[in-house]
Amino acid sequence: MHGGMGKPSFLTLAILLGPALILFTLLVIVPVVEAAVFSLYKWNGLGPMVNFRGLQNYLQFFKDAIVHKALLHNLIIAVVSLAIELPLALLLALIVCDTRFKGAMFFRTFFFLPYVLSEVITGVLWQFIYHPQYGLVRAIWGLFAPIETAPTLLGNPSTVLGAILVVIIWKYFGLHMTIYIAGLQDIPKEQIEAARIDGASAWQIFKSVTLPGMRTSIQLSVFFSMIGSFQVFDIVWAMGKGDPVNAGETIVTYMYKIGLQRFNIGYGGTIAVCIFFICLVFNVFYQKFLFREEA
Amino acid sequence: MKSMKRKKILVDTGKYLICAAMLLMIGVPLYISVMGGFKSVGQLRAEPIGFPDPFEWSQYGNMLVGKTGKFWSQLLNSVIIAAGTVGVVLVVGTFAGYALARIKFRLNKAIYAYFQLGFFFPLAVAILPLYLQLRKMGLIDKYFGVILPQAAFGLVMMLMLLRGFFKAIPNELEEAAAIDGYGRFGFLFNIVLPLSTPILATVSVLTLVNSWNNFFTPLLVFNAEKRYTLPMGVMNFMGQYAADWNLILAFLTLAMVPAVIIYILCQKYIVAGLTGGAIKG
Repeated sequence: MHGGMGKPSFLTLAILLGPALILFTLLVIVPVVEAAVFSLYKWNGLGPMVNFRGLQNYLQFFKDAIVHKALLHNLIIAVVSLAIELPLALLLALIVCDTRFKGAMFFRTFFFLPYVLSEVITGVLWQFIYHPQYGLVRAIWGLFAPIETAPTLLGNPSTVLGAILVVIIWKYFGLHMTIYIAGLQDIPKEQIEAARIDGASAWQIFKSVTLPGMRTSIQLSVFFSMIGSFQVFDIVWAMGKGDPVNAGETIVTYMYKIGLQRFNIGYGGTIAVCIFFICLVFNVFYQKFLFREEA
Repeated sequence: MKSMKRKKILVDTGKYLICAAMLLMIGVPLYISVMGGFKSVGQLRAEPIGFPDPFEWSQYGNMLVGKTGKFWSQLLNSVIIAAGTVGVVLVVGTFAGYALARIKFRLNKAIYAYFQLGFFFPLAVAILPLYLQLRKMGLIDKYFGVILPQAAFGLVMMLMLLRGFFKAIPNELEEAAAIDGYGRFGFLFNIVLPLSTPILATVSVLTLVNSWNNFFTPLLVFNAEKRYTLPMGVMNFMGQYAADWNLILAFLTLAMVPAVIIYILCQKYIVAGLTGGAIKG
């Protein structure tokens, strides 16, 4: 690592690391610490912060029925990602990673496309698809039932979350598929050949060669989807802001409403700190139990 | 042998059916958006899926050359912010990544660990104090009010990619450079950077896409409509033309085009960056 350049001068290090440290500290670390401080107060963001509440905001957080609802929705998003989105992505990766499969490259490119579209654009597009007076869903409904009875998927508390979940899968499965393809490409072909010569069935090969070989990419994709599930904002915001009656609310949309629409910065800070702890606990747990065998 | 061949045909058919289903799932909404922009509201209502008949060019036309919406100015805002963010991340990230990858000093590990804290701090957690901070710094409604936070929150991941790549550059090159009389900066600019174009491209493209699609930060920082980026513009446009879905779809389609072009041109770098392939070079 030394390479014969001798000891670095302080000035060299300051020039190289200074800008990154300042930017990161000022705009990432300081605000996060401040959020923790705000969380102990009742404060509207203007004037002096004098109304100290101790842990009252946290008590409120644990009792807040909308928080429970929102966190449950985040959890549902996480579970659906694990149970439906990732297996679907894996299935598609297995199909299109084979370059002898005609059209493989085209499918790969096309399936990843939604990932590069902005969440807001995606959300508005699907608002139209779901629109009870115009959309695609209405047209398809009309083939089977009287068109006037077409559902208002985003306006109905019992369907809004499901409708959002479809869009989340639509937008992100391509990312996971792409991660899996990269993992599949790293598995030595000889291993698969050898297993085949030994007479293993396709399922056996998948179970004992392919899946273990994809360990790292599966870990990466699970990590992305779990962290992402607890930070969903844009898509939900663009598809009705978590309404009606909080039926699509997620924890970040709720925090945004509390903090920047009702200017309850203190309680908003509390929600932020709790989001941080949820991510932290998940991270620690994940590193401890799922990344363990790698170390 | 015959039954194996039949089995293969069956399996292949299954694969194509699955791919076709997904193709429709993704393609139909996009197709509807593009075509919807050519329809009248009445047509849209009667025929959301069919081909426009007649083609109405006025929706797209009025947006591109007329007075409907603010497509061009919002496009320009998005470009300025994306370019600024890419610039900041490249300079700041390259310097820090180089120091952390190639210079031995006491706090190296500690500083790297400090940056990695960023993984635990999603933008959402910091958003309220960040807003107050930016207000204090006078950055509300300023381009830099969006550029700097985007760069700060994107930095961690990009720093990791850059550091990983710089680390893989052989030590012999550094020794040879030292013999030739290069200092640390000479080595960085004359040897490391020219070797690093793949990773620089990856970092630029990923930062570009993230900035392009970001909605949260501009939503926080911009009150003035003249600063709106495309994603904000889409939301705003929707509020303004609530029932004119043909206009909204036309605007949506136009807003999608730049991202699709970037993707088609830079697919290789995006995929490499997101799958860790970039570090392997």
